[in-house]
Amino acid sequence: MADISMTSDPKTIATDATTEPVRRTRFAALRQTDLWHSFTNHPSAVFAVCLLALVALTALLAPVITPQDPYDLASLVLWNAEIPPIWNAEGQWPYLLGTDTQGRDILSAILYGSRISLVIGFASVIVALAVGLSLGLIAGYVGGWVDNVIMRIGDVLLSMPFILIAILITAVATASLPAGLKDVLAAPILIIAIAVPSWVQYARTVRASAMVERKKEYVMAARLIRVKPWRIMLHHILPNCLTPILVAATLNFGLAILSEATLSFLGVGMPPDQPSLGTLIRIGNQYLFSGLWWIVVFPAVQLCLIVLSVNMIGDWLRDALNPKLR
Amino acid sequence: MLAFLIKRTANAVFVMLAVALLAFVIFRFFGDPVEMMVNEQATQSDRAELRERLGLNDSFATQYGRFVVNAVQGDFGISYRNQQDVMVLIGERFPATFELVLVATVISLVVGIPLGVITAVHHKSRLANLLQLGSIIGVSLPSFVVGILLILAFSVSLGWLPAFGRGETVDIGWWSTGLLTPSGRAALVLPAISLSTFQITLVMRLVRAEMLETLRADYVKFARARGVPRGRINWVHALRNCLMPVITLTGMQIGNLIAFALVTETVFQWPGMGLLFIQAVTFVDIPVMAAYLLLVSFIFVALNTLVDVTYAWVDPRLRDDSVKAGGANG
Repeated sequence: MADISMTSDPKTIATDATTEPVRRTRFAALRQTDLWHSFTNHPSAVFAVCLLALVALTALLAPVITPQDPYDLASLVLWNAEIPPIWNAEGQWPYLLGTDTQGRDILSAILYGSRISLVIGFASVIVALAVGLSLGLIAGYVGGWVDNVIMRIGDVLLSMPFILIAILITAVATASLPAGLKDVLAAPILIIAIAVPSWVQYARTVRASAMVERKKEYVMAARLIRVKPWRIMLHHILPNCLTPILVAATLNFGLAILSEATLSFLGVGMPPDQPSLGTLIRIGNQYLFSGLWWIVVFPAVQLCLIVLSVNMIGDWLRDALNPKLR
Repeated sequence: MLAFLIKRTANAVFVMLAVALLAFVIFRFFGDPVEMMVNEQATQSDRAELRERLGLNDSFATQYGRFVVNAVQGDFGISYRNQQDVMVLIGERFPATFELVLVATVISLVVGIPLGVITAVHHKSRLANLLQLGSIIGVSLPSFVVGILLILAFSVSLGWLPAFGRGETVDIGWWSTGLLTPSGRAALVLPAISLSTFQITLVMRLVRAEMLETLRADYVKFARARGVPRGRINWVHALRNCLMPVITLTGMQIGNLIAFALVTETVFQWPGMGLLFIQAVTFVDIPVMAAYLLLVSFIFVALNTLVDVTYAWVDPRLRDDSVKAGGANG
């Protein structure tokens, strides 16, 4: 975060450094930036960051803070099944949000599920960024038929609905894998399935910027002194388009978590023995008519809170980094 | 204009051929079509004969060519699962999905446009901030969660509306409609609302952005100076100029809505194409999957092309080379 905000606004830091030649910590430097100023003036952004940090922290510490390991079958006690949440008259400590039909603590399942959802969402954004940025840089810098091939593949991907591509990839991958490998590879398959339709956006952004930058004199100068092409792309062209990429990546992180949940809900995502939030909702959906509403509602609420906080951060970043709105 | 039209159409055809190639590769190389079609007792020679008859021994290019020619004529082969013609299966399910998407689109416009106007006209007011917050919540709610919560509230707790199925339908020719019976209309309410949530927020945000810009225009100031009532300025003069992008968005989103309907259809067990597709995915019924992929992509590409061409027709500046294929969708 610190690095990004500094690159996004190098001017402020540079002038501060000259007028005030005192050695300062990174945090102090961060507090001088416009981005930090905008952040502290947007309560919704502060709220969203705190919420997301809380979710991430509890998910990370799930093995330490949960009363049971929901997927260790030995810890499940069947007569503790179908306990309602704690504020209900029949609620029982330590099952704060109640238990499911197998005596599994809902809160524990949610925290473990959030881990899977967050990791898959994050990993798919990283994969899409890596593929999109490199292909976009190559397409924009090299041009010619390479550019044509890459962007045409992107066009075809964008001409199919996002969710359809993701479903097809998971369906085809699981259909062609042997039964033993399916569950082991469920998470990597999902990561790829979500990354494939989303790299195009990054590629387009960075390509447009690369096409403009490569004609500029500083790139010409770099080429004249024989700086290697990959170095020009990474060190000179890429930093110029990090701002829109950062905003897109944040919003896509929310979209990736949503897509993963949707796929798992449809039954083509995470298997029931390593459930993400989407899988938990899919399982809970079976008990919709039996009065066990807490099995489905709490995972759904957690999912919505995660996506909401990510979207709020993304929205704020987009406005805060938009030079037109300053 | 003609050159642009030809270029844009060629582009759409290219994209469709690529999607068809993808569908064909899935169809041909994931699961052996012969094994899927014959029964257990079939001998080796039966299989060889079927293989020959289906043309599976021909070259890749020949088979792909045949696949495309058949697909253009609406022939996607026989479903592996229930041995029915794929196009007949999809044809039976199409009206259900179409009606769902149509009603969801209407809801999104009827609700989204006024909300957008209100947030723009009273921007910076508490109500507008609240609606803005509502819109970001609407974007963040997964559509299947909306569906589940609606079922919990209106079917399980209150018992007002049915939670699954399509109710009674009436056949008009080959089209079966649920819009003409009370139970059909009741069954449509919850799925349509759940499918339209995301779309409402999209329309609302777009109208708000457009209105904020339009309200600063000179003609709005002159209208105010002339003493035209506030309501008339906002809802007639200004809104009219914001509707073009809304129509564009709605047109282009229909493809997405059809694709997203498969989630809604799963939640509500709505007997549309999406449910057919999800069942096909579970049973690895590849002809149905391929047909659905091609059909949805075709609708998607056709609408995008239509929108681009209409725009170019209205605004000649867009006809030059800067128009990128598919650049308008996101």
